[in-house]
Amino acid sequence: MTTGMRELVERHPFMAGVSEESLELVVGCARNVAFAPGSLLCAEGESADTFYLLRRGRVSVNVHAPGRGSIVIETVGPGDVVGWSWLVPPFRWTFDARAMDRVGCIAIDGACLRTKSLTDPSLGFELLSKVSVTLLARLQATRMRLLDLYGDQRVE
Amino acid sequence: MSSDRTLPTRPFRDAPHDKRGALTPTLYRVIERIRETSDVTTLLLEPLDEPLMTYRCGQFNMLSSFGVGEIAISLSSAPSEPLLRHSVRDVGAVSHALCQRTVGDLVGVRGPFGSDWLVECDNDNAETDVRDTVVVAGGIGLAPLRGAVEELVRTSERGGGRVFVLVGAREPAQIVFTADHDSWEARGATVLVTVDRATPTWTGRVGLVTSLLADAGFDPEHSRAMLCGPEIMMRFTARALVDLGMNPEGILVSLERNMQCGVGWCGHCQLGPFLLCRDGPVVPYAGLVSHLLTQREL
Ligand SMILES: Cc1cc2nc3c(=O)[nH]c(=O)nc-3n(C[C@H](O)[C@H](O)[C@H](O)COP(=O)(O)OP(=O)(O)OC[C@H]3O[C@@H](n4cnc5c(N)ncnc54)[C@H](O)[C@@H]3O)c2cc1C
Ligand code: FES
Repeated sequence: MTTGMRELVERHPFMAGVSEESLELVVGCARNVAFAPGSLLCAEGESADTFYLLRRGRVSVNVHAPGRGSIVIETVGPGDVVGWSWLVPPFRWTFDARAMDRVGCIAIDGACLRTKSLTDPSLGFELLSKVSVTLLARLQATRMRLLDLYGDQRVE
Repeated sequence: MSSDRTLPTRPFRDAPHDKRGALTPTLYRVIERIRETSDVTTLLLEPLDEPLMTYRCGQFNMLSSFGVGEIAISLSSAPSEPLLRHSVRDVGAVSHALCQRTVGDLVGVRGPFGSDWLVECDNDNAETDVRDTVVVAGGIGLAPLRGAVEELVRTSERGGGRVFVLVGAREPAQIVFTADHDSWEARGATVLVTVDRATPTWTGRVGLVTSLLADAGFDPEHSRAMLCGPEIMMRFTARALVDLGMNPEGILVSLERNMQCGVGWCGHCQLGPFLLCRDGPVVPYAGLVSHLLTQREL
């Protein structure tokens, strides 16, 4: 069972290049989960102690706006990560994440990882380095979208 | 640096290669008008008498609305299609006048001008082992690529390389050529669409067009790419493709500058050492162009 989980975690792109020792510690905090289409991986405002490494299916990240319903901010798919709120206090989800189809992912217990990182700072460092790369890519993509690229592409 | 300047991927020929002369428009009649989105209209045109020279995918014509003016508009048909097809986004005086043309109206057409996507080049190149083609378009950027995709899909159906069409738009209502997407998919191409801003009824992807690259399913080391859209989008997409392992030499981009004569005489379309009506609009991303695209004032 743990060998299977180890393989799953190791094969996920987010974990590429993570040391053997850290991988072992992450596997100890991981479980395999599935979500039916339409179900929530996490809900805005609830306590956030998990993050998900997506293996199959697509997930939409939504925010609820009064009078406008649920607005999709972004969609992510296999190889992506869902959930950063487990990293920083108050450990509360700031968005909904909803399965768009059948989703298979590895759920990682954030509290478990935080505890292990306190006793093993190299795990904390490796994970934060990984998270930073992904967050930076997301931030850059968000900035590009703020530019409203396709709105007006005229050249003088 | 001098090798970087050998931009055109074909030897330059004086255009148009036609007895009517470079600056004389030929009359075409609007046979069909398709309203693609709130601001993009497609005109299907038939010549009143002798048609213009045959064209290649990625080239453009100068279209005139009589009494208003003339602008550069890409050919969005494939040479194998019977009618000339132009999709125009209404942004100013001339494009607005063209978008108002209805069936039976006349427009002036000069061309075809410029370089092309080289679709008919043998993609199954044993030397470079490049098989598949990734087409990335942003907004109206799919117009200059539509004909190329048609030709590529046709070749793919006959056993040629796979075709991946990745489309980004601001919002669902601005996605152009959705019927073509279905047709390309039905004929074996992979078509992925993403929008920047979702509407309540949108069930597709939301995110930047580069987010489509990773799971499109092409092998970057054995693929080439054709990009058209806002320059920032092309720059980021080209970099992302190179990061994934694509050879920069295999990436073509289509660049737009204000065009007047279309034949390399007036200098309006200059980008660094290039005249884009003649050396472009389709140019290889590698070398000088990737550098020019990051320059602030050109
Ligand atoms: C090779 C080439 C192919 C093109 N293909 C298409 C196409 O298939 N469909 C399409 O809708 N448009 C295309 N364009 C852009 C089109 O030529 C411009 O939108 C058009 O010239 C605007 O003219 P206008 O009189 O309507 O607006 P204007 O009032 O002249 O200008 C409106 C805005 O567009 C800008 N602009 C003016 N001319 C150009 C130009 N040549 N390129 C870019 N921005 C310009 C102006 O700076 C201004 O901000 C192409 C341009 C080039 C150079
Ligand atoms: S448009 Fe006149 S030189 Fe290019």
